[in-house]
Amino acid sequence: MITAEQKPIEEIIEYIAPYDRILLVGCNECVTVCAAGGRKEVGLLASALHLHSLKQGKTVDIKEITLERQCDPEYVEELVSLIDSADAILSMACGCGVQTIAGRYKDKPVYPAVNTKFMGASESQGIWAERCKGCGDCLLGVTGGVCPVARCSKQLMNGPCGGTSNGQCEISPDTDCAWRLIWERLKALGMEKRYIEVMVAKDWRPAGGGGPRRIVREDLT
Amino acid sequence: MKTDSRLEKVFASGNLAVTSEAGPPRGADPEKVKEKAKHLDGYVDGVNITDNQTAMVRMSSMAASVIVKQMGMDPILQMVARDRNRLAIQADILGAYSLGINTMLCLSGDHPKFGDHPTASGVYDIDSVQMVQCVRKMRDEGKFQGGADITKPPKMFIGAAANPFADPFELRVLRLAKKARAGADFVQTQCIFNLDKFEEYMKMVCDMGLDEQIHVMAGITPMKSAGMAKYMKNKVPGMDVPDEVIKRIEGVPKADQAKEGVTMAVEFIERLKECKGVHGFHIMAIEWEEQVPEIVERAGLYPRPEL
Ligand code: SF4
Ligand code: SF4
Repeated sequence: MITAEQKPIEEIIEYIAPYDRILLVGCNECVTVCAAGGRKEVGLLASALHLHSLKQGKTVDIKEITLERQCDPEYVEELVSLIDSADAILSMACGCGVQTIAGRYKDKPVYPAVNTKFMGASESQGIWAERCKGCGDCLLGVTGGVCPVARCSKQLMNGPCGGTSNGQCEISPDTDCAWRLIWERLKALGMEKRYIEVMVAKDWRPAGGGGPRRIVREDLT
Repeated sequence: MKTDSRLEKVFASGNLAVTSEAGPPRGADPEKVKEKAKHLDGYVDGVNITDNQTAMVRMSSMAASVIVKQMGMDPILQMVARDRNRLAIQADILGAYSLGINTMLCLSGDHPKFGDHPTASGVYDIDSVQMVQCVRKMRDEGKFQGGADITKPPKMFIGAAANPFADPFELRVLRLAKKARAGADFVQTQCIFNLDKFEEYMKMVCDMGLDEQIHVMAGITPMKSAGMAKYMKNKVPGMDVPDEVIKRIEGVPKADQAKEGVTMAVEFIERLKECKGVHGFHIMAIEWEEQVPEIVERAGLYPRPEL
C-alpha cells in the first residue's frame, strides 16, 4: 500500500489560516490502513484544528468527509454538493488523492495534510517499511523476492557493497542489508548460482526515467 | 597489453605492484594535490585519486588526476556511481583518457548520508559492477553503454574495490568473481588487519581460479595511534580490526605508536607477499602520505621496476 504520515500540525495550520470554511477530506484506502488519513484521523485533525482556532479566539467551520477512494474521480465527484460551502480543501489522502481533487475542483485551493511516504508493507503493529519503488520492470523473480531497488540504500543491482555490518545496511543498524536478505533467500532456494550472473544496467524508462507513466488498458477503456 | 597503464605492465612483468592514494583538497589549490602526490613519486606504480571521498565535496578526481599526471606520475582515477549517471560517467572517461589517464577504479561510493551534503540524493543509475562492464565495453568493443560506436575508444585499465571482511563472508569471493566476470582487471582490497581471515579469503579466491583472472592488491593501512585503531574498529563500516592489533599498538608509549603502526604495516606486507593470488599492495596512509616511502622501502618493494 501507499503509506503516509500526518504533516506537522503547524504546517497544516499555516496552510488553512487564511480560510474560514474548510472541507476536510479523508480516504478509506491505504491511508486508513496506515492510520494517517482515514475517518478516525479526519475526526482527530478536525478537533485539533478547532481547538487551535478557539485558542486564537476564532471559529473555523470544518466539514468532515471520508471518501471511499480519493484517487478515483467517481468518488471525488461526491464532493460536488459540499464544495461551494468551503473556501479550501484539506486532504488527508496520499498525493494521488490530493491531485484528483485539484484536477476536478479547479478553482478551489487544496492542501495536503499528510506527507506521502512510500509503497510499503506492515512489519509489525505500527511499523511500516518501504518495499517497492514501482520501477515498472519487477526484478523480484530473480532476486529471491527481495527488492534491491527499494531496499538497498544504493540501489545496487549486484550488491552487497562493502559497508554491510552485522547483516545490516551501512546507513543504519535498523535497516536490513537488502543484499544480505537476497543472498539468504537465494541460498534457501538453492539458487546461489544466480548471484554470479551480472545484472546489467537497468532500463529506468519504465521506472519514470521516460517521463510520467500511464497505463492504458484498451480492453477496459 | 590492453592499455598503456603502468600498473598493467607491472602485473604483466610478474612484479608485485604498489599503489597508494591521495585525496584531493577541499578547495581549489593545485599545490595541495602536488604536495601530497610528490611524497609518493617514484615509490608507487599508481596513485588513487579519490572521488568525493566519504561523500564530502572535494576537487574533482579528474582535475586532480590531471595535475598528478602533469607531474609525470600515474594517477588512478576513482569514480563513484553515487554522483554520476551513465552519461556523465562515460563523458568523464572520454575526457580523462584524452588527458592521458589510463587507469581507473569503479566504485559505488559512500552513501551521501555520511558526508557534508546529507540532503543530497545519490544517483546510483548504475552500480560499480555495471560501471566495470561499461568501461570494458568502451575499451574492448569500442561501444558506449547505449550501443553506439566510439570513434576513438578510451583504453582504461579497470580496477574495482573488494572488501573481504564485510559480511556475508561467503559472498565476498563470489562478489569478486562477479567483478572479474564484468571485466575488472584488478581490485584493491579494504584495509587488512585480520590476516588470518584475509588468507582464508585468498584461499577461496585461488580455489575458484580467480587469481588467474584478476589481480588482487592487498590493502595496507599503517595505524597512527591506538585511537585510530579503535575508531576504525568501531566506526568504519565493514572494517575488521582484531583486538590483538589494538593491544599491540596500545602496548607501546603514545610517542612510539605511529612507529609501531608502520612496523606492523611492513610485517603485514612481508607476510602477504607469500600469499598466493596477492599481486601487489595498495597502501592507504590516510592523510599520512609522507609515510609511504618508508613502508615501501622497508617492505623490500623499492626501487620500483623500470619498465
Ligand atoms: S523490482 Fe521494481 S517493481 Fe519489483 S518490487 Fe522492486 S521497485 Fe517494485
Ligand atoms: S549495506 Fe546492503 S543495503 Fe546497504 S547500501 Fe550496501 S548493499 Fe545496499
